[in-house]
Amino acid sequence: MTSPSTDPITPSIDPITLSVLAGRMEQIADEMDATLFRAAFNPIIAEAHDASHGLYHADSGDTLVQGKSGLPIFVGVMAFAVKAVIEKAARDGDLEDGDIYIFNDAHIGGTHLSDMRLVRPYFRDGKLFCYLASVGHWHDVGGAVPGNYNPAATDVFQEAFNLPPVKLVRQGVLNQDIVDILLRNTRLPQSAMGDLNGQLGALDLGIKRMDELLDEYGSDTISAALEVLGHRAEALMRSELSDLPDGRWEAEDYLDNDGVSDSPLTIRLSLEIKGDQMSLDFTGSSPQCAGPVNIALPTTVATAYVAIKHVFPALPANAGVMRPITVKVPENSLLSAEFPAPTGGYTETILRMIDVVFSAFAQAAPDRVVANAYGTINALSIAGKRSNGQPWVMFSFYGGGHGASNEGDGLNHGNAPISTATIPPMEILEAAYPVMFRQWALRPDSAGGGQYRGGLGAIYEIEVLEENGAEAFLFGERGRFPPKGIAGGQDAAMNVFTYEQEDGWQVPPLASKMRGIRLAQGQAVRLETPGGGGYGLEAVRQPAGIARDVARGLVSSEEADRIYGTTWREVQP
Amino acid sequence: MTELMTGRMIGVDVGGTFTDVFVLDEVRGRASVAKVPTTRPDQSGGFLNGIGREVDDLSSISVVVHGTTAGTNALLERKGAKTGVICTEGLRDVLEMRRRDRPRTWGLRGDFEPVVDRRNRLEVPERILADGTIRTTVDLDAVRNAAKILLDQGCEAVAVLFANAYANTENEDQAVAALRAVWPNDHVSASSEILPEIREFERFSTTALNAYLQPEVSGYLGRLERALVDGGFDGEFMIVQSNGGVMAVETACRLPVRTALSGPAAGVIAAGYIAQSAGFDNVITGDMGGTSFDVSLIAEGQSMLSPQTAIDFGMVVRTPMIEITTIGAGGGSIAWVDKGSLLNIGPESAGSDPGPVAYGLGNDRPTVTDANIVLGRIDPDNPIGGALERLDVEAASAAIDKQVAEPLGLTTLEAAEAILRVANSRMAGAIRLVSIERGFDPKRFAFMPFGGGGALHAGAMLAEVGIARAIVPRYPGVTSAMGCVIADMRQDFVQTINTLVDQLDEKALGRFMQDHVNDGMALLDAARTRFEARAIDFVLDMAYIGQTHTVSVPLTVTVEGGEVTPPSQSEICEAFDQAYEADFGRLLPNGVRRILNLRSSVTGRRPKFDLTTLAPEQTASGGEQPVKPYTARRVHFGTDWYDTAIYDRLSLPIGTVIPGPAILTQPDTTVLIEPGLEGRVDRFGNTIIEPVEDAT
Repeated sequence: MTSPSTDPITPSIDPITLSVLAGRMEQIADEMDATLFRAAFNPIIAEAHDASHGLYHADSGDTLVQGKSGLPIFVGVMAFAVKAVIEKAARDGDLEDGDIYIFNDAHIGGTHLSDMRLVRPYFRDGKLFCYLASVGHWHDVGGAVPGNYNPAATDVFQEAFNLPPVKLVRQGVLNQDIVDILLRNTRLPQSAMGDLNGQLGALDLGIKRMDELLDEYGSDTISAALEVLGHRAEALMRSELSDLPDGRWEAEDYLDNDGVSDSPLTIRLSLEIKGDQMSLDFTGSSPQCAGPVNIALPTTVATAYVAIKHVFPALPANAGVMRPITVKVPENSLLSAEFPAPTGGYTETILRMIDVVFSAFAQAAPDRVVANAYGTINALSIAGKRSNGQPWVMFSFYGGGHGASNEGDGLNHGNAPISTATIPPMEILEAAYPVMFRQWALRPDSAGGGQYRGGLGAIYEIEVLEENGAEAFLFGERGRFPPKGIAGGQDAAMNVFTYEQEDGWQVPPLASKMRGIRLAQGQAVRLETPGGGGYGLEAVRQPAGIARDVARGLVSSEEADRIYGTTWREVQP
Repeated sequence: MTELMTGRMIGVDVGGTFTDVFVLDEVRGRASVAKVPTTRPDQSGGFLNGIGREVDDLSSISVVVHGTTAGTNALLERKGAKTGVICTEGLRDVLEMRRRDRPRTWGLRGDFEPVVDRRNRLEVPERILADGTIRTTVDLDAVRNAAKILLDQGCEAVAVLFANAYANTENEDQAVAALRAVWPNDHVSASSEILPEIREFERFSTTALNAYLQPEVSGYLGRLERALVDGGFDGEFMIVQSNGGVMAVETACRLPVRTALSGPAAGVIAAGYIAQSAGFDNVITGDMGGTSFDVSLIAEGQSMLSPQTAIDFGMVVRTPMIEITTIGAGGGSIAWVDKGSLLNIGPESAGSDPGPVAYGLGNDRPTVTDANIVLGRIDPDNPIGGALERLDVEAASAAIDKQVAEPLGLTTLEAAEAILRVANSRMAGAIRLVSIERGFDPKRFAFMPFGGGGALHAGAMLAEVGIARAIVPRYPGVTSAMGCVIADMRQDFVQTINTLVDQLDEKALGRFMQDHVNDGMALLDAARTRFEARAIDFVLDMAYIGQTHTVSVPLTVTVEGGEVTPPSQSEICEAFDQAYEADFGRLLPNGVRRILNLRSSVTGRRPKFDLTTLAPEQTASGGEQPVKPYTARRVHFGTDWYDTAIYDRLSLPIGTVIPGPAILTQPDTTVLIEPGLEGRVDRFGNTIIEPVEDAT
């Protein structure tokens, strides 16, 4: 296969075969996703689909095809995992058919240490043809906090065990030593083994499907198709950019703190579109910080891709999309953190990056983007020991409102833009852990007002039933800075976390992050998540829409008066 | 045949455009079909009209079975009743919050309105814990007060949705009893009655949608039944469920949510029976309509069932239903070239109105049907369905030229072939999805197209997926109506157990099994239809502890004289190991086995009719009198035009072999036999399409 280039499209393959092959290869990646979702032990993969699979370029590691059902953030970041393996194999000079590499090092592979990456070279007729890769979020990979969301970590060693790229399988033979090391470094070895088996199964299936496809079409045709698909992705991106006005737009937003010291962190973007090219310049963003909201450069580039794909949803999952785009990240910033800086809370930082990209785009073309979504993953774990000594860890992410757009109000209680995860049912959680949800509801007055209002955030109030009590850990954001509206729309409500103690409800000193909260039986934690930002001026909102929201209790009458004035009171809901 | 089947059996399928009626006269050994336009908004007009076409005296009918889209349409068009919800304190928004999903992965646009307005979702004090403990007894005054508010607000139906009601029904039972005492009609649904299964959103959604449909569906079915009775009908009236079984009309009025996929399910049932009669136990069905291609797989005579479906974003219905995979590639799907010069088909569709460009009703973007027309595969002078005089080939050509050929630098014919190739490849992808991805080898399957357009693409499916043969039923356009006459009576039950196997109370499991058997048998006993046999099946949803996805574990359970002998813990473990190994290839050493749900089904097998009833009368006389095409025209395949013989399909005698290229026509279907393939008329009048053996 040739390296990616910016040559104009060469008609080396007829467009119809190309259409057919594009679908076939996407189906292979989708099928690998489905295989892992079905087999995985831990709900973060099985239910929340925090995993991804794809095909990657033999020389560059660039994404060629990626599954549609995996986590969106992986669409851009997986290429870096493959690149890391390509470098390792080049250093060692021992890449062979039947090898599988494994690692979780976030500084070279992006995201965080919970994501276990498996990379497998695919050989055809004795020659390397491409790579297949599988990534999945394991339930626990050691470190100081069960589930690995340690808001107070100041280096990667406090977050989890670190595995650089190593050969898990050598020419088809599993290296049991590596498996033993992995299983000794997790609190949940059975879950880890189940997930590892699932990922190996997905890669096996991918190899089988690739064999069938190449048998049918021949490797030359497939190589040509892959190359042309890259060109096509690039052409699509250039065409989209050409449709937008030229110019430079700035946006800036903040993280509450890094979980260690209480001062805000800045993410600044200067977005420039010129003809069919675009640059995203993050100069002016805060320096690397002590706590775990740093992200490594691969994550930053991948996040830029995710944000762009939300702006242009029809673009394919192919590295060609990024060719007309420059991402500039200052050195030593929290967007280009160096080993061993902690990165466990990467979700919060990349959500803020996406917010900033949307806010900048909204100035260039307000109809192309939605207002900010709730902007925090709210990783909440409640853990303890049952009376029989059995430990338990309830770990989940919680939802919030989506931003409004020029088409209408935002979605109430959606998932994060970097994810397609569904939330586990309350009844499943109550059946598995000694807790009871006092409330699982929409949060009135949490949405940003505007011509179209944002979606509503949620309220979850969770009581501990276990007589031994429990400990709670929260890794959240948006406790100090609200999700923003666009095109004149208003900001949404902020994240509010409180917890019950003998002397009443308490607020964490760092607003959205806290570890080791002692809860006695009968005490609860309460999470009130942000809504989404509004779109357009509030003065333009239809009074009937306001009256309906008030009648439904989504907006209180006082808040409606404050945002929109009182004309809605004259309208029948 | 039993003595009861002395009258006529009638199957009626009401689709978007046509109402199909299938009449089986068992005494005379005759079957007939009628196709009349569907009436809207009240479908009962077309229903009675269709029956009236074929039967003068309704008292001569023994059974009417109906596959209905009334429920589906009410859901899709949001035309159900104003519905109220009474729920646990703190949980009023579960229906609106869903499982925290979103309509589309990319772009973050779109919102969601649940079918029950927030004003009509009221909370009452009550709480059951996950282990079934009552933490708060239900406040019945609050329930009665909520009922009054909902009635004042104009609600016609109400759903009771309590947390963990699957584990203990006490609070819901009391609330429902209090509610039924004051509610002015039968439209009260309780979550523990509709779906006693863990997962509150799925249970609440299914229950609320049941309530939402109850007034509409029971009103519609009641009107039909009254009209039938007024016309002298004295037989049994039954409704097809999404699981492919039929239920009594009274059950359908109580559980309308089980009709969500009634019509398509009946089609799959018929397809399975036709294929099995013709000697093919493994079949993949493909129903091609105007906007979609619906695929379903039948292995060893068994349809695949899926546990739930979303009718639309956020509208989840969890009842067992025949698994039908839908992709947006129908005859009306639009072909377009994107900015990266890639040819795409759909998902946008011209549907049947305005329909393809050739219909001349205002659409100017080419569709899959337009490509078939330009290539001569559809006769422009005799459009099927009979609504149009002729099709505008020139307009279709011009549209393909402008929208596809020019941007891609192709000739019109190349562009039309390209449209079919991409559409076929997408349809083939759907077939791969239901077969290869589930571990079934498509080479062992026959492909059965039904619906109006599927038989045009049968040859392409053989080539693309490696399927050995296609079987086109004699009446592909009325398959669903025929399925109504064939379907068995079936009731499904579920109960969440949620326990480790070694902590299982075998007697308690046995009691749930017995209840399911008793309830199912009572429904069969109440039916006036007799059954050839009755079957009881039990399945446990199980997993290792810590695992989220469950495997279906079929149990072998003794039921003698209606008495269930529950399985032992060790029998359950053995059954689990067998099922788990079959699914995942390996067992987990030291894994702790867990039971989540019990699923039971009780089936009454209805007598099947002999499909030779439908067969053509004559038999081909050994080639002495070769059948003659009634005309011929040029049809384009690949890169060339072929002179192609056109036959009247229904007059072809049994045993006729027609070599491709050829086209067989009948009033509502065009069957295409491509070069290199041949079509054979089997003894039921089906057309079996296979590669010519010495075609090389």
